[in-house]
Amino acid sequence: MTIENKAIYMDNSATTPIRKEVVEEMLPYITENFGNPSSIYEIGKISKHAIDKVRKKVANVLGAEESEIYFTSGGTESDNWAIKGIAFANRSKGKHIITSSIEHHAVLHTCAWLEGQGFEVTYLPVDKYGMVSSEELKKAIRDDTILISIMLANNEIGTIQPVDEIGKIAKENRIYFHTDAVQAIGHVPIDVKKMNIDLLSLSGHKFEGPKSCGALYIRKGTKIDPLLHGGAQERKRRAGTENVPAIVGLGKAIELATAEIEESNKTLLELRERLIKNLLIIPKTHLNGHPTQRLANNVNVTFEYIEGESLLLLLNAKRIFASTGSACNSSSLEPSHVLTACGVPHEIVHGSLRLSLGRINSKKDVDRVLEVLPEIVQKLRNMSPLTPKEYRTI
Amino acid sequence: MDYSLKVMDHFSNPRNMGSIEDSDGVGEVGNAKCGDIMKIYLKVEDNRIADVKFQTFGCGAAIASSSMATEMIKGKTLEEAWKLSNKAVAEALDGLPPIKMHCSMLAEEAIHEAINNYLKKKGLEPWTE
Ligand SMILES: Cc1ncc(COP(=O)(O)O)c(C=O)c1O
Ligand code: FES
Repeated sequence: MTIENKAIYMDNSATTPIRKEVVEEMLPYITENFGNPSSIYEIGKISKHAIDKVRKKVANVLGAEESEIYFTSGGTESDNWAIKGIAFANRSKGKHIITSSIEHHAVLHTCAWLEGQGFEVTYLPVDKYGMVSSEELKKAIRDDTILISIMLANNEIGTIQPVDEIGKIAKENRIYFHTDAVQAIGHVPIDVKKMNIDLLSLSGHKFEGPKSCGALYIRKGTKIDPLLHGGAQERKRRAGTENVPAIVGLGKAIELATAEIEESNKTLLELRERLIKNLLIIPKTHLNGHPTQRLANNVNVTFEYIEGESLLLLLNAKRIFASTGSACNSSSLEPSHVLTACGVPHEIVHGSLRLSLGRINSKKDVDRVLEVLPEIVQKLRNMSPLTPKEYRTI
Repeated sequence: MDYSLKVMDHFSNPRNMGSIEDSDGVGEVGNAKCGDIMKIYLKVEDNRIADVKFQTFGCGAAIASSSMATEMIKGKTLEEAWKLSNKAVAEALDGLPPIKMHCSMLAEEAIHEAINNYLKKKGLEPWTE
């Protein structure tokens, strides 16, 4: 019964375990090399060199220059900085921002706050697959538009946006383009120059690096205000003593994640398709997100007649860890804004399940999930007043 | 979600789950907060609840509340069952997280609906308080 008891973590879009190689790389910077990178003596210099090395690595991965990479406390700070920083630095030029209705809350709540500060925001709709349309984007552009912020890949449904086209449109209209690439690193190859990206957010813990450590790429010449004021760190643009061990970890993690992108996508894609194909055999089950333009690690399905929190609890009882867009599982009691924006009907948005795969998952894990899930779905359907007779077993 | 062991017990092994074909009263209510639904079926004999079943579409707290509430009213008079409050259900479950208190309201309201449905069928005035 050992298989029964092995925990299966399928919530890799929420966070990932830090890779062993990454921990090893970090360790010396937690212990002997503890110096402040701003100090001029030896151990300060060691820290300074370490973070500059990572800056180079991150720049290489993105097709950027070293001087365009700034370390932050994670995806949330990077998104906040990009959007607020551009908004305030360019407010004499205009007060209009375009984003999409399926962004992460780090973008949406930042935009909502800016609306309270006198900015105007257009939230582009998406199609049923969660895809933004370039036509809608073009229509939304105004003379006073200063920023377009559209994510590279969605965290709930995995839909990958046509960032190439968006970048082109932004460039033609001379509007800054920010993309939240937090979920895309390690899955989607990125070249900020080719894709005409001016600002890009990333976060270490989504690709087997440490938590609370991320970066913002800012294209040279971009007019942006700082978010954090204080010391002269990060070329006077982001104050605060650098989290050296975490930055070192992020460097190793991004290097490993992006070196193996093709190989790992191939493995993940196989697992993803095996899950999707077999889950869709369960009657009244629908795939959320795009069938092909989606992250190789993302599965998001809706089971009609059941509610997601109870689904997660029963999965948890079998030691399978996943996530849902159900209202009952959120502190706001609002169902997922992403699924709602994709037009998933109100009555069934509750029954959504996200399984996000990672390097730690095997075919065995997938088969275990496929063995357990149909029973759980049936158990909850038998319990639900919404289930028609033909889908009940008792 | 931080649920008590009792909530988890009633959620994992719900008591009185199902429906009653020839029930004497049925009550179905929806939760205004999150959109979830609970349905209660009653079998009444000599003014007592001889049998009760539930169906719930909702979170762990909603399912556990249904299970506990049905246990608490089984065998009771209609008057006693009417008096069951959502707080009593939550207490019997060793408490619910604050954000989940509204889920136990579903049980109280569904029982009220079911009792009134029974009274109406009998040609009696529905109760209000
Ligand atoms: C798309 C996206 N953006 C931003 C964030 C926030 O990143 P962090 O947790 O590093 O603040 C997340 C993480 O959930 C995300 O998935
Ligand atoms: S029934 Fe929706 S939160 Fe409990």
